[in-house]
Amino acid sequence: MKTKVLAIDDSRTIRNLLAAALEEAGFEYHSAVDGRDGVDKYADVAPDVVITDINMPILDGFGVIEELRGTQINSKVPILVLTTESAPELKSRARAAGATGWITKPFDDQSLIFALKRVTGAAA
Amino acid sequence: MSGSIQDTFFEECEDLLEAMDEGLTAIEGGEHDQEVVNAIFRAVHSIKGGAGAFGLDELVGFAHKFETVFDELRSGKLEFDTALIQLLLRSSDHLADLVANARDGGTTDQAHHDVLIEALAKYIPEEEEDLTFEPMGLSGAFAPEPIMDDSEKTFEIRFHPLKEMYGTGNEPFFLFQALSELGELSVRLDDSELPGFDTIDAEESYLAWNLTLITKDSQDSIEAVFEFVEGLCELTISSDADPAEEADALAALNAAFGTDAEPTADAGQPDPFEQPAPAKEAEVSAPVEEKASLPKTETAKTEQRGPKPTLRVDLERVDRLINAVGELIINHSMLAQQIANLDAGDVRDVETELEGFKNLARDIQEGVMSIRAQPVKPLFQRMARIVREASSATGKTAKLVTEGEATEVDKTVIERLSDPLTHILRNAVDHGIEKPEGREEAGKDKAGEIRLSASHRSGSVCIEIRDDGAGVNRPRVKQIAIDKGLIPENAELTDSEIDNLLFLPGFSTAKEVSNLSGRGVGMDVVKNAVTGLGGRINISSTPGKGSTFTIILPLTLAVMDGMVVSVADQTMVVPITSIVETMRGSDEMINNLGADGTLLSIRGNFVPICDVAGALGLRQCHDQPPGVYLLVETETGQRSALAVDDIFDQRQVVIKSLDGVCGNIPGVAAATILGDGKIAMILDPESIIAASPSAAAFDTERRISNAIAS
Repeated sequence: MKTKVLAIDDSRTIRNLLAAALEEAGFEYHSAVDGRDGVDKYADVAPDVVITDINMPILDGFGVIEELRGTQINSKVPILVLTTESAPELKSRARAAGATGWITKPFDDQSLIFALKRVTGAAA
Repeated sequence: MSGSIQDTFFEECEDLLEAMDEGLTAIEGGEHDQEVVNAIFRAVHSIKGGAGAFGLDELVGFAHKFETVFDELRSGKLEFDTALIQLLLRSSDHLADLVANARDGGTTDQAHHDVLIEALAKYIPEEEEDLTFEPMGLSGAFAPEPIMDDSEKTFEIRFHPLKEMYGTGNEPFFLFQALSELGELSVRLDDSELPGFDTIDAEESYLAWNLTLITKDSQDSIEAVFEFVEGLCELTISSDADPAEEADALAALNAAFGTDAEPTADAGQPDPFEQPAPAKEAEVSAPVEEKASLPKTETAKTEQRGPKPTLRVDLERVDRLINAVGELIINHSMLAQQIANLDAGDVRDVETELEGFKNLARDIQEGVMSIRAQPVKPLFQRMARIVREASSATGKTAKLVTEGEATEVDKTVIERLSDPLTHILRNAVDHGIEKPEGREEAGKDKAGEIRLSASHRSGSVCIEIRDDGAGVNRPRVKQIAIDKGLIPENAELTDSEIDNLLFLPGFSTAKEVSNLSGRGVGMDVVKNAVTGLGGRINISSTPGKGSTFTIILPLTLAVMDGMVVSVADQTMVVPITSIVETMRGSDEMINNLGADGTLLSIRGNFVPICDVAGALGLRQCHDQPPGVYLLVETETGQRSALAVDDIFDQRQVVIKSLDGVCGNIPGVAAATILGDGKIAMILDPESIIAASPSAAAFDTERRISNAIAS
């Protein structure tokens, strides 16, 4: 069973990069184009791990984490935040919302896969 | 792979730059909405994110500064004012330049770049400015180590999660698994803190682990594993091997474990989880089972369900389709011809069906064309920038007002219209709009206005550039044309003819070559570009009120309405768009003007006659009077009568480019395939007239006056 990743990012470029890196590494890749779309797709995709951008239209990354961790969805899967800045307050805010970890943009494939392994134990 | 991803990135950049421009235009118009600011921030942010992935450092650096200013704006720490808006507009232009340079390999105007960076930096508070952007992920912790330390070290790790960690989706098990990839790991659970069963608090974290890792990796790599749980656990990492003792320690370890000194990463590495303590077993395997039992409904939904579903298609595929539709239309006319030739009795039913076929073919054609059609909005938005640049370069104030941005035009037309429009707009600012003082004296608003509009007009697209400047300085234009030998000194020209002199090759009114409209490129290049698209351009001007350029373009470049005519036993097609009127010729309409040529008299006006057969070299002597005259109007507003033998039909023809088939033939624009399968040339009236000795454009009036005088 491939590890399923739901990537939420409004940038087509980033989605493409993620798709290329993840599919090559043997993950099953699903994507959403903004926070709302991501939360909507969560139930359908039933991912093993979520990767989300922070700055997105309609619903931002913090909102995504809050909704996924909220009582409605009550998701327990790891949520990785994909950020450009590594500002400490951003990390703590994301963590307070329930984020599992973070990947700094631009990411290299190796560190992305490494981060995913650390939170999912994926054998990929 | 990465090449195509990079292509997508640049495509996306176009969209993002557009969104940014749109937002900035709104802000310029006084709309300081939070959502507008957010949208711009996100656009710049996305550009930065993507650029970082491709190592476009210059772009990343600039986007970062730009974005930071917007971050200040959206958090309310900074307010919009005129100077800032101007700076943001210039920065957005520069950002677009940087994207273009990254894509096309141009060089950046470094001085301009630095000026903008510095100007932006003034709006960024010190501490935020110091927050430098890290170009590599994960602080480089997992980047390949520059110097590989070959010797193994033993690390003792104590890991005690705080209860907060369990809410973040971090699992100790996975952390250990990641650690085990670094080397040989043994895990010992410490459950000594576990209280008695009745006092246990389900929320509290009682468990801790003591780990021993033998690895060649550095302590940094181990810390990187715990990066996500930093602050969520008590973590101590100690190495028993400081560099000096390392060799000894290694030897001691080897002796203790009885292993070979040659370390091998995967040689029979014992799985640390294979013989766990009973308590740990329960603790560690729980998440695994939970994972396995997660409902995994097989949904094969990989397509994106965005807010506005669009499909990006390779342009080549669309063009193949357009070609096929072209063939379909040709096929229809062939079929119609075959049926007409049939010696069958009643073919009315067939003809009805054939009519349906024709309508369907037309529907398909329109559908396919609409795929290629794009709104002119992005093009117009870029033009706003051209006007801004031109204004600041000339010290004038001009603003661009756009109309009909939703008008859709063929993609190629949009692409190839960019240069001519740029040129016209620069000219409008440079030559058209007066300096602010001059405008005030003339009783106009200090800021000039250039109106750029697009509209559909009976099967063609009309693009109009109207400025409220001084208009064409006709005496000067005429004098220049005379000085340059473009027209004879005694030429009597109408106002419209003088205005259209601007389109003559080698004409430039700029006293000195300014860096704006100079560079030796004149309006003739604009005209050629428009003609190349099968369009026409015209200028009209009112002194003191301004000038208007009108560009008429065909809706599509693949199919056009043409008049099928015969010329010296050849079948040819003349574009309907250029034909004003057709008429049967009679002798009394023709006035011979000596050796100079012939004029056609139409309702009291004289028009030069151009014999198509003669101009194309199909017939030497003009022995028989031509049957039909096609009155055509050239781009300069000149009228000429094309003499052809007969008119067959008026129909839609598919344009087949002759590029790469044969060289540029004066008078011939392209070819088409007719219903009978024969190839017919599509004529270019403009160049036929230019090539025709008997109808040189500007001689008309002179010849008339000569004729009257003699």
